[in-house]
Amino acid sequence: MTTAPNYSAAPTRGALMWKQARAMFFAGPVTSLATVVMILIVLMAIFAPLIAPHDPIRLNPAMRLKPASDEFLLGTDAYGRDLFSRIIYGARISLAVGVGAAILSVLIGLGIGLVSGFFRGLDAVLMRIVDGLMAIPSILLAIAIVALSGATLGTVLLAIVIPEVPRVVRLVRSVVLSAREEPYVEAAISVGTPTWKILTRHLLPNTIPPLIVQGTYICAAAILTEAILSFLGAGINPETPTWGNIMAEGRVYFIINPGIILWPGLVLSLAILSVNLVGDSVRDALDPRMAKRGIDR
Amino acid sequence: MSENVLEIRNLSIALDGDDSARVVKDLSLSIKPGETMCLVGESGSGKSLTSLATMGLLPKALKATTGEILVNGVDVLKQSPGKLRDMRATQMAMIFQEPMTALNPVMKVGDQIAEVMEAHGRSKGDRRKAVLEIMEHVHLPDVERIYGSYPHQLSGGQRQRIMIAMALVLRPKLLIADEPTTALDVTTQAQVLKLIRELREELGTAVLFITHDMGVVAEIADDVTVLRLGEAVERAPVVDLLRGPRTDYARELLSAVPSLIPRAPRPTPKKATPALSTEALTKVYSTKTLLGKAKETRAADAVNLTLGPGRTLGIVGESGSGKSTVARCIVRLIDPTSGSVKITGEEIADVPLNRLKPHRKRVQIVFQDPFRSLNPRIEVGESIIEGPLNFGVSRKQALEDAKRLLELVGLPRSAIDRFPHQFSGGQRQRIAIARALAMQPDLLIADEAVSALDVSVQAQVLKLLDEIQERMGIAILFITHDLRVAAQICDEVMVMRKGQVVEAGPAAEVLAHPRTEYTRSLIEAAPGRHWDFANFRPVAETIAAAG
Repeated sequence: MTTAPNYSAAPTRGALMWKQARAMFFAGPVTSLATVVMILIVLMAIFAPLIAPHDPIRLNPAMRLKPASDEFLLGTDAYGRDLFSRIIYGARISLAVGVGAAILSVLIGLGIGLVSGFFRGLDAVLMRIVDGLMAIPSILLAIAIVALSGATLGTVLLAIVIPEVPRVVRLVRSVVLSAREEPYVEAAISVGTPTWKILTRHLLPNTIPPLIVQGTYICAAAILTEAILSFLGAGINPETPTWGNIMAEGRVYFIINPGIILWPGLVLSLAILSVNLVGDSVRDALDPRMAKRGIDR
Repeated sequence: MSENVLEIRNLSIALDGDDSARVVKDLSLSIKPGETMCLVGESGSGKSLTSLATMGLLPKALKATTGEILVNGVDVLKQSPGKLRDMRATQMAMIFQEPMTALNPVMKVGDQIAEVMEAHGRSKGDRRKAVLEIMEHVHLPDVERIYGSYPHQLSGGQRQRIMIAMALVLRPKLLIADEPTTALDVTTQAQVLKLIRELREELGTAVLFITHDMGVVAEIADDVTVLRLGEAVERAPVVDLLRGPRTDYARELLSAVPSLIPRAPRPTPKKATPALSTEALTKVYSTKTLLGKAKETRAADAVNLTLGPGRTLGIVGESGSGKSTVARCIVRLIDPTSGSVKITGEEIADVPLNRLKPHRKRVQIVFQDPFRSLNPRIEVGESIIEGPLNFGVSRKQALEDAKRLLELVGLPRSAIDRFPHQFSGGQRQRIAIARALAMQPDLLIADEAVSALDVSVQAQVLKLLDEIQERMGIAILFITHDLRVAAQICDEVMVMRKGQVVEAGPAAEVLAHPRTEYTRSLIEAAPGRHWDFANFRPVAETIAAAG
């Protein structure tokens, strides 16, 4: 009988994680650029008070609608507030909404999805509720919620998270449904492992890679939805700078200072594009079968 | 121009063209019209790569670095993609292991055969006639109806016949068959092998037949090339190889083939409480339709069995016979519809799931697929101690036991903190056995536990199971489709078909003197049943020698 320990040597965990991180965030020039843009926007949000030259909220009637100058890099808006500073502060709301929506919908969806995928009896009920939620148009729901309960960061988040949850539930459920048929799960059942432990130890880890990917897409979609809501006037109160708010106010003054719409629009597009590109790259790194189909990054 | 249909000269295939990473090394072989060359080898021997290279279908990462592959004198390796396309189906054609995935599920099978002709510019008028003709040629029944059928409406054997018809419709000189019967039941396998033999004679096709199964080799080969890690270790006419292998490796391969002759009966133990007994165990799957009418499938139908402690009972049957259903009912991975299951005398068939835990300990199961039966994300030690921890054994104690068990199954103690992907299939199956043994069960169920393994590894695992039984006095319920394996390890054998027990009794009786037609047909279909491989002689001579 062979006792030779001829199993392959494996690199350490740290080395593996670094390798995987590199595959995710620096897979090619486009991905690297997207990662850098994403990091810059995050830094901009965190250090907004240090970077912004002016107070983004203080009104200054004397300085209304000034063109770009040394003092006001991108000019001022209709209330004399510095556009550049407002855009920098706007990143805070956008990122808070994006990241918050991603984390919340993934956590809620994960819980419901695990239960739904594992317990056949509950599945039928839960999935019908989820089907119902999916039938509601997300923007309309968001406007309704904000209209009913007032515009705060919390309600905007809630309005964005509710329509995203069903998608996460379906994703988690499908992963759990196929994973629970794996022999290693059946083996765990036959050694008397309690259900909660089967869920957390054997099933949950399978859902993590697709959830990370889904999370980045939710983040990008949430940033966009928040901007749309603000633009429509159903978002966070107009005083707080968000990219959507700035654009909504600038609409009227487009001819006088088109920058009020163009600059936040550009930053918004860059933010969403970079998050999506990084998401694609994460997907490719976690699921090698999908790689090499998209553009060569 | 040689008279050989296929001539491979000094072929080497390497990963990324890197000559130090060769997966096929200096392979040469040739096949004349109407002959069959078998390429035999275990997994990783390069046999499938050779066939893909011959079709010009090597994956991009692999390149033929040296040598030539002449099909009717034309070097495949030097042809343009367009020319290769022309050669496929007209000069050489291939059939694969899994006929379900090799056929397009949304296209009628007749049209799929016709498509081959269309791709090679055959006129529309003749197509249908030619397709029906070739379908008759491969002995498909009711060809008009089957022409319009979709793959899922056909049986596995019929699908493989369609694949063969598709391969042969343009009368290529060379047929490459890559494990074409591995996914089929024995009786179907026997029919497909017979068909390939017949067509070869009728059409003069040369066949390159790839297999890991020495039984199949004995049935179909004229010449055999034994491959090991990409190298041809031996080439000989089939009878010469089976009677007198010249190399150690070929000898090992043949010796590892389990014999169809049942093991010597072990003394029947004294009366004791059986480790396992079932009475009228039944599992019915019913599908409700809209009108409330239920369609019932009796996956297991009134199965009675008794298994004494320290004994091995084999359940043998083809796919869909219900053998796995019985196993899963006993482990309570599924709930039996009715009937009784007693483990060491205690009824467990109707114990509700939340009170089943104390009984889980006493029955353990080892599954077929070693790559899926261990959680890839946790260390093997954690997998092994999961059960004991559930039953209150301290972590330290459990780990100590796990190390001991790893040694017992022939792995080093240090394996405990490795991950499953660091082990080969056979090693993983040993780990799965260790995990089952960690529970100190009274009954171990092996559900096709050696079917996915190479023969030499299979022999080792069977030996391990036998040793464990000897040491621990465990009862084993051994589920297999392979009569040879059953003959090697089982004291008693039960033959199942369509959920019902056809025949049961001591292995020596059932396998040597089957009472039912079905068991007889199973034994007759076993490939290479006339050969006693391990002793390098036909079974007849073994029997004569025995007395």
